[in-house]
Amino acid sequence: MSETAAQLNFFQETQGRKGILAWILSTDHKRIGLMYMYTIMVFFIVGVLLGLGIKMELIAPGLTVMGPQAYNSFFTVHGVIMIFVIVIPGLPAIFGNFFLPIMIGAKDVAFPKLNLFSWYLFIIGIITVLISLFTFGGPPDTGWTFYAPYSFKTTTNMFPAVLGAFILGFSSILTGLNFITTIHRMRAPGMRWMKMPLFAWSIYGTGWIQLFATPIVGITLLMIIAERFLKIGFFDPALGGDPILYQHLFWIYSHPAVYIMILPAMGVISEIIPTFARKGIFGYNAVVISTMAIAIVGYFVWAHHMFTSGMSTTAQFVFSLLTFFVAIPSAIKVFNWVATLYKGSIRLEVPLIWALGFLFLFMIGGFTGLFLGAVATDVHVHNTTFVVAHFHYIIFGGMGSAFFAALHYWLPKMYGRMYNKYWATVGWATFFIGFNVLYFPMFILGYQGMPRRYYDYLDQFHGLNIVSTLGAFIMVAGIFVIILNLIRGARHGEQATMNPWEGRSLEWTVPSPPPLENFDEIPDLTKSSAHPA
Amino acid sequence: MSEHKTHITSYTTHFMVLLALLILTWATVSITNINLGPYSVTAALLIACLKATLVLLYFMHLKFDSKILKISFSAVMVVFALVILLTFFDYLFR
Repeated sequence: MSETAAQLNFFQETQGRKGILAWILSTDHKRIGLMYMYTIMVFFIVGVLLGLGIKMELIAPGLTVMGPQAYNSFFTVHGVIMIFVIVIPGLPAIFGNFFLPIMIGAKDVAFPKLNLFSWYLFIIGIITVLISLFTFGGPPDTGWTFYAPYSFKTTTNMFPAVLGAFILGFSSILTGLNFITTIHRMRAPGMRWMKMPLFAWSIYGTGWIQLFATPIVGITLLMIIAERFLKIGFFDPALGGDPILYQHLFWIYSHPAVYIMILPAMGVISEIIPTFARKGIFGYNAVVISTMAIAIVGYFVWAHHMFTSGMSTTAQFVFSLLTFFVAIPSAIKVFNWVATLYKGSIRLEVPLIWALGFLFLFMIGGFTGLFLGAVATDVHVHNTTFVVAHFHYIIFGGMGSAFFAALHYWLPKMYGRMYNKYWATVGWATFFIGFNVLYFPMFILGYQGMPRRYYDYLDQFHGLNIVSTLGAFIMVAGIFVIILNLIRGARHGEQATMNPWEGRSLEWTVPSPPPLENFDEIPDLTKSSAHPA
Repeated sequence: MSEHKTHITSYTTHFMVLLALLILTWATVSITNINLGPYSVTAALLIACLKATLVLLYFMHLKFDSKILKISFSAVMVVFALVILLTFFDYLFR
C-alpha cells in the first residue's frame, strides 16, 4: 500500500472521492492552492477585461463606449475584483498554500480544515460581491475605497459589495493565521528560522499583516453598513461624524494590504534570482530583516494616502517621514537581488526574465512612490493618473510580474509538465512592452493634470490616451499568450523532471507533481548547514 | 498534544474577577455623573481597558499561556497603541 501511495501524485490520490468532490472536500494544501488559482485566474480575466473597457472609453474625449455611470461602475468593480479577489490573496493563497508546507518540510498546513474553510469564505465573498452587480440598485460606483460620505449616500448597490469585501477579509485573516501557526509549529527538524527559504519568510511577514490589519477594515466596512442603515454618525458630518476618520480606518488596513500583496512577491523573486544566478542569495540575513522591517514599518505609513484630505500638517509631516523610512528596506532587497546576480553563473530562463522585469517595473513604481510620499509633490499629482500609474507599476508590474514569475517557476513542480519556453518568452515580451506603453503615459498625463476616475477629459490629453489604450491592447494580447501557453503546458507539455531549474529548496526534492503528503518521511535538516535559498 | 499544559482557575478567582468587572461597570456608569470635561472619555476608556485586561488574563487564560502567545498578543497591543498615537497626530493638531 505504502509503495503504491508513494507512486501516486496528489492529482491521482483522490481519497475515494470523485469528480469535483475530490477538490471541494479535499483538505490537501496543494489542491486548495490550485482551487484558489483557478478561481483567481477566472476573475483575473474578468478584471483585465473590465480594465480594457476603461481604457477603451478613454481612447477619445467624451462618450466613446460607455457613459459616466457605467464608467464609475467599471472602475469600481475592476478595483474590487483586482484588489480583494486577486492581488491580496493571489500569492499567499496559491503559492503559499501549495509550497509553504513543502518548503519547510511539513506534510500539510497546521489547520487543514480551516484552510478549506478559508477557500469557502473566499468563494462566498466573491458571490456576495457578484450579487451587487446584478441586483437592485446596480453595480457600486464609489471606487474600491468605498470612501465616506458617498458610500453611504449612493443609491447603487453598496451593501453586498461591502459585505463581500468583509467576508473576503475573513478568509484572508484565517489564511494568515494558518500560515503563521504552520511556520511556528511544523518546520522539519533542523529547519531553523534563519535557514528558512525566503519565500517562507515573506509568507510569515505577510501572515502577521493579514492578522493585524484585516480586522480593522472588517470593522470599518461594518461601520459603513451601520452608518448607511442606522444613521449612527461615525462618518457623516451632518450627524456629527468625521469623513476623514473613515479614510484613516480604511487606509490603516489598505496600506498594509499593499505589503500583503508585495511581500510574497519579493519572496518569490528572492527564490528565483539565486536559483538562476546559481549562487546563494547575497545577504540572506539582510533580506530576512528587511522583510520583517517592511511588514512592521509598512503598518505605520497609511496616511500618506490622505495628504490632501484636510488632516493636520503635523500628521502630514509624520507620515511623510515614515513613508520615506519604508523605502529603505525595499531598497536593501533590490540591492541584494542585484548583488546576487553579480558574478553569478546566470541561466536566463523564463522565470528569471519575469524576475528581471519585476526589478525594472518595481523600481519605477518605487521611485514614483517617493514623489507621492513627499507632501509637496503629492499635492500636485494627487488624484491624477500619476497615482494610477504608480499603483499599477507597483501592484501589476511588481506583484503581477512576480505572480507570473512564480507560475513559470513552479508550474513544472505543480503539474509535472513544462510549458513552451519560446511562447512564454514571446508572452512576457508582449506583456512588458504593452505594460509600459499603457502605464508610462499615465505618469505624464497625471503630471500635466489629468484627473483619474473621470470618463471624459480635455482635448489636450488625447494623444497620450490613444497611446495608453494601444498599450492596453498589446498587454492584454500578451496576457492571453502567457495564460494559454501555461494552460497548454500544464495539460500537454513535456514531462518535467523533479528539479528542472536545479533549485535548492525542499520542493525540488519531492516528485513532480508531489505526492499527497509531500514526503514519505519528514526530512531531517539538522546536518545541513546552509539555508536553501 | 502531551506537551500542552492545562490550567484550571479556581472558582474563587473567577468570582473575584466577576466582582471586579461588576464594580468597574458600576464605576463606568457612575463616572458619567461627575463632570470631567474632556477627560470623561479618557476615564471611560481607561476603565474599559482595565476590564478587557481582566477578561483576557483570567477568562481567556492569557496569564497562564506560553510566552510566545503572550508576546504575540502584546505585539498586537503595541501596534494598536501606535496606530492610535499616529492617528492623534491628525486629531490633536488639526
